[in-house]
Amino acid sequence: MTVSHGEVIMLGAVLFFMGAVCAVSRRNLIMILIGVEVMLNAAGIALTGASLYWNALDGQAFVLFIMAFAAAEVAVGLALIVYSQRRTSSVNADTYNLMKG
Amino acid sequence: MSGLYGLVFYMLAAVIVVSTGMAVTRKNQVHAVVYLINSFLGTAVLFYLLGAPLLAALEVIIYAGAIMVLFLFIIMTMGPGVSEPLRLRVRQWVFPSMLGFFCVGAAGLLVFRVRESGDGMPVAMASPAVFGRFVFERYWFAVEIVSLLLFVALVGALYLGKKEDSAAVEIQKDKP
Repeated sequence: MTVSHGEVIMLGAVLFFMGAVCAVSRRNLIMILIGVEVMLNAAGIALTGASLYWNALDGQAFVLFIMAFAAAEVAVGLALIVYSQRRTSSVNADTYNLMKG
Repeated sequence: MSGLYGLVFYMLAAVIVVSTGMAVTRKNQVHAVVYLINSFLGTAVLFYLLGAPLLAALEVIIYAGAIMVLFLFIIMTMGPGVSEPLRLRVRQWVFPSMLGFFCVGAAGLLVFRVRESGDGMPVAMASPAVFGRFVFERYWFAVEIVSLLLFVALVGALYLGKKEDSAAVEIQKDKP
């Protein structure tokens, strides 16, 4: 096989920082959540490559848990977005500049 | 055979990186989600290539099937009017992109040092039966914790999603 471990890690790193840039630079809440999803997916790729490199199944088990975590995070995150959109009728992160105690 | 393996890997990597790059730069969120589904399907094939067929199936079912469809539901529910993103100013994305490029460069430096020690991973495949037995023998407690986490997330999503009670409606009315 001609694919080295480093190339898989590099693919994961490129995807991770794409997601990070998306989550930091976008102002739309849904795009921020999409950036977080991309980051979690990149971590899954890196873990699967490590699992193959060291010939241990632990990495794949972590990817399984990452998937469950991503599902839970998206459910709560989208519910929060719908809630705040109902309150302020906007999904732009810059409009959330008021606190009400 | 090994050359074919590497070729498939590079093709999949190109598809994943390009579709993810398109997804994170789209103005229209529906387009972004569809590009991201493409990226996740490529990732599923990559998981199969890296010897994880069960994870490949779960990637299609959970990520591309469930999570992205949930995104589409929410985008459609909120309608195009409120979900229209503002136009990004240049200084909003130039600085994060520079930071991202620096981080990728640093990761590349580290990876080139890793590649000197080990090049060429073995071709292996963990069958779903072996993988499932491994997870439930070694990580049974984490499986229980994750099931609890999913339950808590379900309750939280239901609580946030229900119609506002009368006190919240009062606050809403007070707003100009």
